Amino acid sequence: MSDVTRRLWPLLMLLGLGVLAALVAGCPKEPEVVAPIVEVVPPEEGRSQEPTGEPLKIGGIFAVTGPASALGEPEADTARMLEEQINAEGGIDGRPLQIIIRDTKGDETEGLAAVKELVDREEVLAIVGPSRSGTTLGIIETVEQAEVPLVSCAAASKITNPVKTWVFSTPQSDADAVTRIYGYLQDQDITRIAALTASSGYGIAGLEQLEEQAPDAGLEIVAKEEFADTDTDMTAQLTNIKGTDAQVVICWGIGPTPSLVAKNVAQLQMEIPLIMSHGVANARFIEGAGDAANGVILPAGRLIVAAQLPDDDPQKALLLDYAKQYEDAFGKPADTFGGHAWDAVMLVVEAMRAGATDRAAIRDYIEQTEGFAGIGGVFNFSADAHYGLNPEAFVMVEIVDGAWTLIE
Amino acid sequence: MTLAEQIWQFFLSGLTTGGTYALIALGFSLVYNATGVINFAQGEFVMLGGMITAASMTAWGLPLWSAALIGIAGTTLVGIALDRAAIRPARGASIVVLIIITVGASIFIRGVAGIIWGPDERVVPAFSGEAPIGIFGANITPQSLWVLGATLVTAIAMWLTFEYTVIGKAMRACAINPQAARLCGIELSRMISWSLALAAAIGAIAGIVLAPITMTQYNVGTMLGLKGFCAAMLGGLGNGLGAIAGGLLLGVLEALGAGLISSQYKDAIAFVVLIAVLLVRPSGILGGRRGGEE
Amino acid sequence: MAAVREVPPDNDVHDEVLAATQRRRAQKVQIAAFFLFVALVPLAVHNRYYLHILIVVGLNLILATGLNLLMGYAGQVSLGHAAFYGIGAYVSGILTATYGCNPWAALLAALAVTSLVAWLVGKPTLRLRGHYLAMATLGVGIIVVVVIRQTTGLTGGAAGLTEIPSMTLFGRELQSNMDMHYFYFVWAWVCLLTVLFANLVESRPGRALRALHDSELAAQTLGVDTAAFKVRALVISAAYASIAGTLYAHSSMRFLSPTPFGFHTSIALLVMVVLGGQGTLWGPALGAVTITAIQEALRPYADYDIVVYGLLLVVMMIVMPGGLSRALGALYGRLRERVARHRAGDVAR
Repeated sequence: MSDVTRRLWPLLMLLGLGVLAALVAGCPKEPEVVAPIVEVVPPEEGRSQEPTGEPLKIGGIFAVTGPASALGEPEADTARMLEEQINAEGGIDGRPLQIIIRDTKGDETEGLAAVKELVDREEVLAIVGPSRSGTTLGIIETVEQAEVPLVSCAAASKITNPVKTWVFSTPQSDADAVTRIYGYLQDQDITRIAALTASSGYGIAGLEQLEEQAPDAGLEIVAKEEFADTDTDMTAQLTNIKGTDAQVVICWGIGPTPSLVAKNVAQLQMEIPLIMSHGVANARFIEGAGDAANGVILPAGRLIVAAQLPDDDPQKALLLDYAKQYEDAFGKPADTFGGHAWDAVMLVVEAMRAGATDRAAIRDYIEQTEGFAGIGGVFNFSADAHYGLNPEAFVMVEIVDGAWTLIE
Repeated sequence: MTLAEQIWQFFLSGLTTGGTYALIALGFSLVYNATGVINFAQGEFVMLGGMITAASMTAWGLPLWSAALIGIAGTTLVGIALDRAAIRPARGASIVVLIIITVGASIFIRGVAGIIWGPDERVVPAFSGEAPIGIFGANITPQSLWVLGATLVTAIAMWLTFEYTVIGKAMRACAINPQAARLCGIELSRMISWSLALAAAIGAIAGIVLAPITMTQYNVGTMLGLKGFCAAMLGGLGNGLGAIAGGLLLGVLEALGAGLISSQYKDAIAFVVLIAVLLVRPSGILGGRRGGEE
Repeated sequence: MAAVREVPPDNDVHDEVLAATQRRRAQKVQIAAFFLFVALVPLAVHNRYYLHILIVVGLNLILATGLNLLMGYAGQVSLGHAAFYGIGAYVSGILTATYGCNPWAALLAALAVTSLVAWLVGKPTLRLRGHYLAMATLGVGIIVVVVIRQTTGLTGGAAGLTEIPSMTLFGRELQSNMDMHYFYFVWAWVCLLTVLFANLVESRPGRALRALHDSELAAQTLGVDTAAFKVRALVISAAYASIAGTLYAHSSMRFLSPTPFGFHTSIALLVMVVLGGQGTLWGPALGAVTITAIQEALRPYADYDIVVYGLLLVVMMIVMPGGLSRALGALYGRLRERVARHRAGDVAR
C-alpha cells in the first residue's frame, strides 16, 4: 500500500493547492448562492415568522452543467433565489418551501433518472424544468404516468401540443417568435429571406416554424443553412447566403454561436439586416458580438427592455424587481432563461398559496390560472391551452449602440 | 459573388480554423512522441489558455499581452501538474488505462474551470481591431492573420528547438528510441515533463489567438480537442510537420464541405475524410517516419 | 499444492484442462448465484426510482460486457461504442414508432443493421496493426450522431423521436412504466447475454481471441486468422450494444434523442470496462455498477459532480490499473494469505 500512497502524493498535494487556489482566486465566481440572497431579502424581524412544519417540496431539474448550462444555471439560480425569498417571508401558509434541484447535464437519460428520483424518492408535489426540449420530451411519459404536474422551461411546441394532462410550459414559443418576426418583415416589405439555423433542437424547431409560416406571410426562403453549436466559423454558410438575393438573414440559435454569426456577417460586409431569435436576448450576446451586434433585430420578452416600457404595463414593476434582485444576488444581469424558471416556480407557488397542497390540486389550479403576470408575459392557461402565452408576449427589439432598444 | 470568389472565401476561412487545429494537433503529436499516449486533455489546454487570459483581463484589468502571458504560463503549469499527478504515477500502465487517465483529467479540469468561471462564455478583444481585410474579394478578420501567424511562429520555434537545442535533441532521441536515449544519460521522465509543458503552452497559444474569434467557455475543449486529434491523425500522429499540414487541410476541407456540399454535415466531413485517409494511408498523409524527425 | 508440484511435467496439459474445468464450474456457480440475486432484488426494492437505476445498470452491463469482448479478448479499443448503441436504439425506435413494426422484429432488424455497420468499419481497419480501430470508431461515433441529428425526417433530429411503443412479450404489452416488469425483462437479457459471453470466451474462438490478446504474433503462428477473429469480436460486441439500444428505446422514456449516444457515453463505457477489469467475466459488470452508482450518488452535487468523477477516474486508474475485479481478487488473496500465515503461526506456537 505504501507504493500506492507514494504514487498518489503529488496528486494529493496538487489537490490541496487547487483548493487553496480556488479559495484565493475563484471567490468572486464561486456559486455562493445562499449568502448574498439573505442580504437581498432580510428576514424582517417581528413581521414574518420562521416557517415550520413539513416542507412543501418542488423538484427543479435544470441543465446546470453540460452544453446547455447557459440556460440551466440562471434557471437553477433563480429557483434557489425564490426559495430563499419565500422562506424569508415566512414560507407558504407558515410551511417552508423546499426546491430540490437536480442537474440533467442536458442529457435525456440523466433527466429521466432525476425525475424518477424526485417523484419516487423525494416525493415532490410538482416539477419545474427541464431546461431543454429534448429532456422535457423524454420525461413526459413518466410524469403523465406518475401524475405529477410538470411546468417545463423548454419551448418546443410538441411539449404542450397536443395538450398533456400534467404538462405545462412557460417560455414563449418559437411559433409566436416567428409570427412577430414575419409581422415585422411584412411591414418592411421584405419578401425573400435566408435562414441560418442551429442544428440543435432549438434551431430545428425554429426552422420548422420559419418554413411553416412563410407561405402565409408571403415570404420565400431562398437559402437554408445550418451550423452546429460547436462550430467556430460560419463564414462558409454566410458566403453562400451572400450569393443569393435574400433581403434579410434570420439566425436561430442559442449560446455563443449567434454572436459568431453576427461577427461573421460584419466580416463579410454583408449589407442585409440580421434578425435573431429570442434565444439571444441576454447581455452575453451583445458582449460577445461587440460592435457587430449593432443593428441586430429580434423578438424578445419584455425583461431586457423593462425600463423602456410604459408605466401601465402589468409586468413592468415585476420585471424591474426581478432584474435587480438577480443582479444583486449573482453579480450578472438577469436573462430570459432565469425568467422561465421564475414563471414556472411562481405558478406552482401561487397554486400552493391558494391551498393546493397535493399533486392533482396543483395541476388543476395551474390549469385555471388567468392573467398571471410573470417574467415571460401574462399567462392564461385553460384545459386546452397548457402554453399560457401568445405573440403579445414578445416585443421587437433592436440593438443600438450596444443597448436593447424597443422598436414600434 | 462568383463561385470562384466563394471558393476563395471558403479557403481563407478554412485556413483560419485550420491554423488552430494545427496548433492543437502539434500538442497531440508532442505528447504522443514522448509517451505514446494520446492526451485527451489537450483540448482543455486550449480552453485554459483562453479562459485564464479572459479571466485575468476582467479580474485584474491587465492588458492583453500580460494576460496572454499569464494564460500561457498558467496552462503550462497545469500541463506539468498533469504529468506529475496523473501520467507519471501511472507509468507502465497500458495505453487504454493512460487514455482513461487523460480523459479523467480532462473531465476534472473542465469541471474545475466550470466552478471557477461559471458556464458563461468569455470575450477576449481582438488583438488589432475587427475591421475586415479584403484579399482578392474575400474578407478575413485581422485576428485570422494572428492565428495563422501564431501557427507559423510556433511551428518554426518548434523546429528550431528540436533541431538546435539540447533539450529538443534529447526529446527527439527519446521519441526515436527511449532505451538508447536512457543509455546516453537522457532522463526520460524529465523529457516527458518537458513535452507536456510544451504541449500545454502550444495549446494555450491556440486558445488565446482563437478566443477573440469564437469567444471561450469552460466546455469548448472537447470538440476542439477531437478536431485537433483528427488533424494529428490525418497528418500522421507524432509528425510535427504532418500535424500542421493535417490541421490546415482539415480546416480547409471543413469550410469547403460546409460551403459547397452541406453545412449540416460539416462535423461529419472531418471524420469521413479521416477514415478515408486512414484506409488508404494508415500512417497519415505525411506519416511513415515516426518521431519528430523533420 | 505440494502434491501438484510432484506430478511429472507431461501432466501439465492435463492440469490445465483440469484448471479450466474448475474455472468453468466456478463460473457456473457464480452465474447461478447471480441469477438468484437478480430474481430476488425486486423483493427488497420497491421504489421505482431504484428500479429505474437498476434498469440503467442492466443496460450498461450489456454494453460493457459486449465491449469487454472486444477490448479484453481481442485487444482492440472502441472509442465510439455509443454509436452502435445509438444505431440499435434508433433502428428499433423508427421501425416501431414510424412504421408500426413489431418490437421483436425491430430488435432483429436493429441487430442486422448494427452488425453490418460494425463489419463495414472493422473489415478494413482491423487488417492494420495498431489502434486504427480506435480512430475509426471515434470517427464513426461522431458521424453517427451527426447523421441522426441531420436526417430529421427519419429520426426527428435533435428534437427527438417520440411515441415509441412499449415492448411486447407473448403478445402482451410490457407496460414500460411498470418498472418491475421491465426490470425483469432487461435483466433476463443481461443473464442471457452473460451466459452467452461466458460460453463464448471458453469456446475455441474465445480461446483464440485470448491468444490474440496476449500475443498477436503467436496467435498468427498457431494459424489463427487474427483479423477475421477481431472483426467477429467487433460485430458481436456491436450486437450487444444494439440489443441494449433496443431495450433503451422501449424503456419508460419512449423517446430518443441523439444526446445519450455521444462521445461522453463511449468514454463512460470504456471506463466501465477498464475500471472493472477488462478480460474478466465479472469485471465489466462491476465497472458498470460502480460507474452508474457513482454517477447517481453525485447527482445532487451539480457543478461538483464532474470534478469528483474525473478525479475518481484518475485515482482509481492509478491505484488499480488492472481494474477493480483484479484489485479485489488480489486483496482477497492477500487476506487469505494473512489468515493462513496467522494459522500457521498459531500451529507453530
